[in-house]
Amino acid sequence: MNAQANLIALGTITRREVTRILRIWVQTLLPPAITMTLYFIIFGSLIGSRIGEIAPGISYIEYIAPGLIMMSVIQNAYGNITSSFFGAKFQRFVEEMLVSPMPSWAILGGYVSGAVLRGLMVGIIVLLISLFFTKIHLYHPLVTMSTFLLAAVIFALLGFVNAIYARKFDDIAIIPTFILTPLTYLGGVFYNVAQLPSPWRELSHLNPILYMVNAFRYGLLGVSDVDLACAYVIMFGFVIGLGALCLNLLHRGVGLRS
Amino acid sequence: MPGFASEDNVAAMSIASPVPALEVFDLKKTYPTGVEALKGISLSVQPGDFYALLGPNGAGKSTLIGVISSLVNVSSGEVRVFGIPIRERRSDAMQMIGLVPQEINFNLFETPVEICANQAGFYGIRRSIALERAEKYLKQLGLWDKAHAITRTLSGGMKRRLMIARAMMNEPRLLILDEPTAGVDIEIRRSMWKFIQGINAAGTTVILTTHYLEEAEQLCRNITIIDRGQIIENTSMKHLLSKLDVETFVLDLANVCGELPQVPDVKLIRIDDHTVEAEMSRAHDLNSLFATLSARGITVTSMRNKANRLEELFVRLVEGNVANGRAAA
Repeated sequence: MNAQANLIALGTITRREVTRILRIWVQTLLPPAITMTLYFIIFGSLIGSRIGEIAPGISYIEYIAPGLIMMSVIQNAYGNITSSFFGAKFQRFVEEMLVSPMPSWAILGGYVSGAVLRGLMVGIIVLLISLFFTKIHLYHPLVTMSTFLLAAVIFALLGFVNAIYARKFDDIAIIPTFILTPLTYLGGVFYNVAQLPSPWRELSHLNPILYMVNAFRYGLLGVSDVDLACAYVIMFGFVIGLGALCLNLLHRGVGLRS
Repeated sequence: MPGFASEDNVAAMSIASPVPALEVFDLKKTYPTGVEALKGISLSVQPGDFYALLGPNGAGKSTLIGVISSLVNVSSGEVRVFGIPIRERRSDAMQMIGLVPQEINFNLFETPVEICANQAGFYGIRRSIALERAEKYLKQLGLWDKAHAITRTLSGGMKRRLMIARAMMNEPRLLILDEPTAGVDIEIRRSMWKFIQGINAAGTTVILTTHYLEEAEQLCRNITIIDRGQIIENTSMKHLLSKLDVETFVLDLANVCGELPQVPDVKLIRIDDHTVEAEMSRAHDLNSLFATLSARGITVTSMRNKANRLEELFVRLVEGNVANGRAAA
């Protein structure tokens, strides 16, 4: 197929993903809104008001808001692609795409775009909720948007790998429960890792989510616990590495073709 | 504009093209479990043909179709679609194929029009054209009134027809139907046959697998029978049917049948008081049979073929293959 046809194919998957997200909005958009509202009430208003400023001129609720937005983006980008792609495998309508002439990159691009768009929708919802509890500044719009995009793409790609290898629904629940959620909580969403004792402070720097949360925090607040350049190197590295892995898996038909 | 040619163009291409619609060379597939599903299959399907691919369950038909449609990775061998090798030029080859799989494999939460339009999109066809085609084929298959219903709510026959409509969205030059009428009532089955015959008449090459051998006999011009991953017959339907030298008729009698008469070269079997089966060579005339029965005061009220002719041949060939397999073992 030529480039225009490939883009139509990619756009078709994206359209289908967005339709799905909006059709089941009670499962896709409402839960993060409720969960994050609770986080803002409990950690932001109730506990946060007793903590005071966590950095000069920055209240605790302001400090955690970027992390909470990023947490919902990560979880929803990951969750969207795992449930959608595994669902397509489970119901076998993934074969509609596999028998078509569209290249692997268009399949991957379509699903990743859908996941990123869900991350964006949820991110905007959580951002709007946060405005009820605190003021959000936009210190560096380019850093904010690029960090959001890179983080959403990384976790969409990770979710894609998970969905490719998954054989049953349990397989797509294990990684979010036992790996993704703990890493997110330990990724500096609620605290500054510099406050941790050694060796936990050093170990925290092995957690890639720490860099995404802090780069995003820098974009919104202008403060970060990690070096921004280092964060970008790590994020771009993950995008390239995971993208290549996903394309290779699709090309070989792992988990898809007999 | 990406997408496909009209039916007229497809017909013209098929007639003009000297290249076979499908060529399979020494195809082998061994699954990781060690099961040899295909043991060196070679066949050729001419453009515009209506081709039957038959075999008992587990013969390797669906694996072969899976390889052709790139759903199954082949162990060795080659497949060409209109001269295009699928391994080297998968995208170009897939443009020409439409697949109706054996099992329902669409999103049960989408509507028929969404499913069809999305399928066209996967082939790079613009949305406006995709929606026009979806309407065209859903109407032709009698599904337009369900175009916006959730597919989960459709009947089995509707789901089968939807899979045919979906496979037509790229207006393929080669349409592969893997048991398209399984579990469908005879009225809908006949309407599906009519649709597929129309597609074939317009120039599309059709490959059909089915367990309804009457279907294959009526529709197909050429046939391959596969058993245990090997071709055991590959010829024209006419030639295959001409091999059948024995026919069995069921005779319904007006009066109660007592002792059966002896008729030379005819084997008579009493089924019940009013029914007799007569097995005879195809070359044998029926006059001597009726004369003998009439002389005995037996009145025949009606007569019919006992079984579908292709079915008889199919059973013989497969049983013969099983016996040969046992002997070889």
